[in-house]
Amino acid sequence: MTNSINEPAILNLPSQQLLIEGASCASCVNKIEAALSRVNGVEKAEMNLAQRTVSVDGSATTQSLIDAIRRVGYDAQSLKDKSDDDVLDEKDLADRAYYRRLMRDTFIALGLGVPLMIYGLFIGEMTVSTTPERIAWLVVGILTFVVMATSGRHFYIGGWKSILSHTANMDTLIMLGTGAAWIYSMVVVFVPALLPEMARHVYFEATAMIIGLINLGLALEVKARGRTSEAIKRLIGLQAKTARIVRDDKEIDIAIEDVLVDDLVRIRPGDKIPVDGIVVEGRTAMDESMLTGEPMPIEKSIGDSVATGTLNKTGSILFRATRVGKDTALAQIIYMVKHAQNSKPPIGRLADVIAGYFVPTIMIIAIVSGLIWLNIGPEPTIAFAVVSATTVLIIACPCALGLATPMSVMVGVGKAAEAGVLIRNGEALQTASKITAMVLDKTGTITLGAPKVTDVVLANAKSDEALLQMAASLESVSEHPLALAIVETAEERGVTLAKVENFNAIAGHGIEGVVDGKHLYFGNERLMRAQGIEIDAFLDKAQSLASEAKTPMFMAADGVLAGIIAVADPIKDDSISAIKRLQDNGLRVIMLTGDNRATAAAVAKKVGITEFYAEVLPQDKTDKIVALQMENEIVGMSGDGINDAPALAMANVGFAIGTGTDVAIESADVTLMRGSLHGLADAIAVSKATLRNVKQNLFGAFIYNAAGVPVAAGILYPFFGLLLSPIIAGAAMAFSSLTVVMNANRLRFFDAKNN
Amino acid sequence: MIVINIAGVVLIGLIIWWFWLYKPTQIAVCEGDLLVTVENGSYSPTHITLASNTPATLRFLRKDASPCAEIVMIPELDIDRTLPLNETISIDLPALESGEYPFHCQMQMYRGLLSVE
Repeated sequence: MTNSINEPAILNLPSQQLLIEGASCASCVNKIEAALSRVNGVEKAEMNLAQRTVSVDGSATTQSLIDAIRRVGYDAQSLKDKSDDDVLDEKDLADRAYYRRLMRDTFIALGLGVPLMIYGLFIGEMTVSTTPERIAWLVVGILTFVVMATSGRHFYIGGWKSILSHTANMDTLIMLGTGAAWIYSMVVVFVPALLPEMARHVYFEATAMIIGLINLGLALEVKARGRTSEAIKRLIGLQAKTARIVRDDKEIDIAIEDVLVDDLVRIRPGDKIPVDGIVVEGRTAMDESMLTGEPMPIEKSIGDSVATGTLNKTGSILFRATRVGKDTALAQIIYMVKHAQNSKPPIGRLADVIAGYFVPTIMIIAIVSGLIWLNIGPEPTIAFAVVSATTVLIIACPCALGLATPMSVMVGVGKAAEAGVLIRNGEALQTASKITAMVLDKTGTITLGAPKVTDVVLANAKSDEALLQMAASLESVSEHPLALAIVETAEERGVTLAKVENFNAIAGHGIEGVVDGKHLYFGNERLMRAQGIEIDAFLDKAQSLASEAKTPMFMAADGVLAGIIAVADPIKDDSISAIKRLQDNGLRVIMLTGDNRATAAAVAKKVGITEFYAEVLPQDKTDKIVALQMENEIVGMSGDGINDAPALAMANVGFAIGTGTDVAIESADVTLMRGSLHGLADAIAVSKATLRNVKQNLFGAFIYNAAGVPVAAGILYPFFGLLLSPIIAGAAMAFSSLTVVMNANRLRFFDAKNN
Repeated sequence: MIVINIAGVVLIGLIIWWFWLYKPTQIAVCEGDLLVTVENGSYSPTHITLASNTPATLRFLRKDASPCAEIVMIPELDIDRTLPLNETISIDLPALESGEYPFHCQMQMYRGLLSVE
C-alpha cells in the first residue's frame, strides 16, 4: 500500500445538484451548461429546465460552480444536505447580524431618549404652554417618529401583522404602548386646547426610551441565548471535516460528506474518527470521553467498533466505515439532544396556556385601568389614564413566561449530554427529578456483565476438562450471558467442543441437551431438584461458592451429578460509590436478579444494597416495578435495554445502560452512554437542577407579571402616591426576559458529579 | 365621559371577539405542498386546511431574524424543526386524521393552526 499524502480527491465523487434561479428558457440551459463545463474539474453538467436543477459530475467545488453560474447572470444554491456545522456557522452569522442591528437601533433610540429624559428631569418642563414650546416639541415629535420608523420599525410591523392574523405578541404590546404615548403627545402639541392645562404633558422621551431599552434587552438576550446552545455546539464540533480513505491502494483526503459505507479509513495518532466503523487493521486506545463521559481510554483492536467524534490516542488503525452522514451514533446523539432540548416538561404547560391568552388580556387590563383613572382618578385624569394604560402595556412581558421553560431545558439537556447522559424529552427530565426508588438489574448493570469461570468442582466427572467439555458444548448453542464465560474457559484449556442434540432452554432453570450420547442437564439447584438429581453432598460447597458472590451451576449427566462450575461476574469498579451516592440522595435502591439468592445476597452486601430480589424471572421484573409503584414510589429502572425492555418501559423512568458508544437510543427515557452507575446519579442531579431552574424562572416570570401589571395600573397610588413611569416599565420589561435567559445560563456551571 | 367609557367597553368587546372568538374565513388550503413564511412576528398563512388522510408537505421560509422564530413545533405530531434564516425547510406531514393541529414557536408567540378536514 502506498502512502501518497495530499493527493487531490478525484475518484468516484458523487454528482452535485444545484438549484438554479432566474433560468426560464432553453437558451439559458445552454448558457449555464457551457459556463459549468468550463469550470476546472467538471466532467459533465446537465440541466433540467422543468425542475430548474443542474447536476454536475466531477471534482469541482460547489462554490466554484455557483460562482460560474452567477457570472453568466443567474443564481444558484446547492441542494446537498447541509452539515450541522454549516447550519451552525450560518446561525452564528445571522445572530451576529441581528445583534448588530438591534444595537444600532438601541443607539438611535437612546440617542434621542436619554437627552430628552435628562432635560425633563433636570432642566425644564415637558409641557406645552407657549407657541415656541409647541414648535420645539413638534420638532421633537417628528424626531421621535423617525426613531419609531427606524429603531422601532420591527415592533410596529410585527405588532400590526400579528393583529391582522388574530394572534397577538410582545410586538403588539410595544406598538400599542409606545404608539399611545406618541399620539397623546402629538395631540398635546397640535391641539392643547382639547386637554386641561395640567394634562398638557408630552411623553416623547418615554416612546424613544422604551424602544431603545427593549432593543437593548433583545440584543443582550441574543448574546445570552447563544450560550445556552454551547453543549450542542460542542457535540457538532466533534465532527471531523475530512477523512483519509484508501481507494485503489492510494490514501486520499476527502470531505466527510463524500465518505461511503465500506470505505476504508486510515486513522493516525491524534486523529478524530470521521465516521462510525469497525477496525480491520492495527490496535490503539481511543478517548471516548467526549461522548460517554468515561475518562479512561478504551483499547481497540481488529473487530472493535469506533465511533465518530472520538479521538485516537496512540496507534494507527485502518477501519471499515459502517455508518456515515446522518446515521452515525454522533449524528443521532445530536439529533436526540436537539429534539429533547425543544421539548417541554409538563411543568411548562401551564405557562403555555397562559401565554396563549396573555397579550389580549393585558390589552383589556390596560383599557380597564385607563377607564378607572378617567372616572375616579385625580386631575389631570386623562394624563394619568394614558400613563397607566401605556405602562401596563409596556411592563407586561409574555416573553419571560414563554422563555422560562425552554431556556432551562435547553441548557439542562445539553449539560446532561456532556456527562454522557441522553435524556429523551422534557417529560423524562421532569420525572427523573422526582424518582424515589431506583431498581438496578445486577448483571451488566452493577456487575461488568462479563463473567469468568472461577471454580470447577468434580463429582462424578473424570476431570475438569471432561466437565468443561460437557458444559461448554451445551452452552455453545445457548445465548445466556454466562455461556460465553464457560465456552471461553474451555477453549483456553484446549477442550474441543462436541455436537449438541435436542437442545432445550428451561427458562429460569438452565439448559438440557444430548452430548456424546449422554443426556445433560446444566443449571441451578431448582433444575436439579426438578429432575430428581441427588446433590445434597455438594450443597455445602455450592452455598460457600455462592456466599463469595459466585454463581454455582450444577451439571448432571444421565441422572447423576457430574460436578459444579462456578462463574463470577466482577462488580464494576465504581458501582459501590455510585450506589452510595444514590442512597445518600434519599433513594431507595433495590437490586433485581435472576441469579440465586446466595450470590445475590453476596453481591448486594458488597455494594451496600439491603433490599434485593433473587431468582426473578425476566417476565417477573415488570411485576416488581408495578409492586413498587403501588407503594407510591416513583420508580427508576436501569438495565441493559435489551432483556429489560418491558421493565424499562413499565418504570416511571427507564435508564438504558449503553455499552460504550453503541447507544440504545430508541429504548429508554434516559440512555447512559457509559456503563458506570454514576450516570444514574448524574442524570437525577441534572434533572433536579434543571427543574429547580425552570421553577425559579416560572415563579420569577409569574411574580414579575402578577406584581408588575397592577403596580403599573396604579394600584399603589391611593396608598403611597406611587405611579410607575413608562420608562421604568420599559426597562423592567426588557430585563425580565434577559434575567430568565441568564438564570438558565447559570445551569451551565452545574457540576453533576459534585451534587 | 360616558362616550369614552362606552368606547372602552366596546374596545374590550372587540379585543375578545378578534383574538378569541373570531373564526377566520381566509384560510389557505394546502394541496400537497404549501409555503409558510415566517415574517414580522407571524406565520403567513396563519390558518391552513388540509384534507384528511392525505400526506402533505409544509415548507417554512423564515425571514424573521428574531431568535423567537427559530423553531417551529407541531406538538400533536411531535414535530420540531429549526428554521435557518432565509432558507426553506420542508416538513413532511403524514396522512392525518381530522382535527386541529396548532403549530407555534417555542414560546407560543408565533402561532398558527393546521385544520385537517
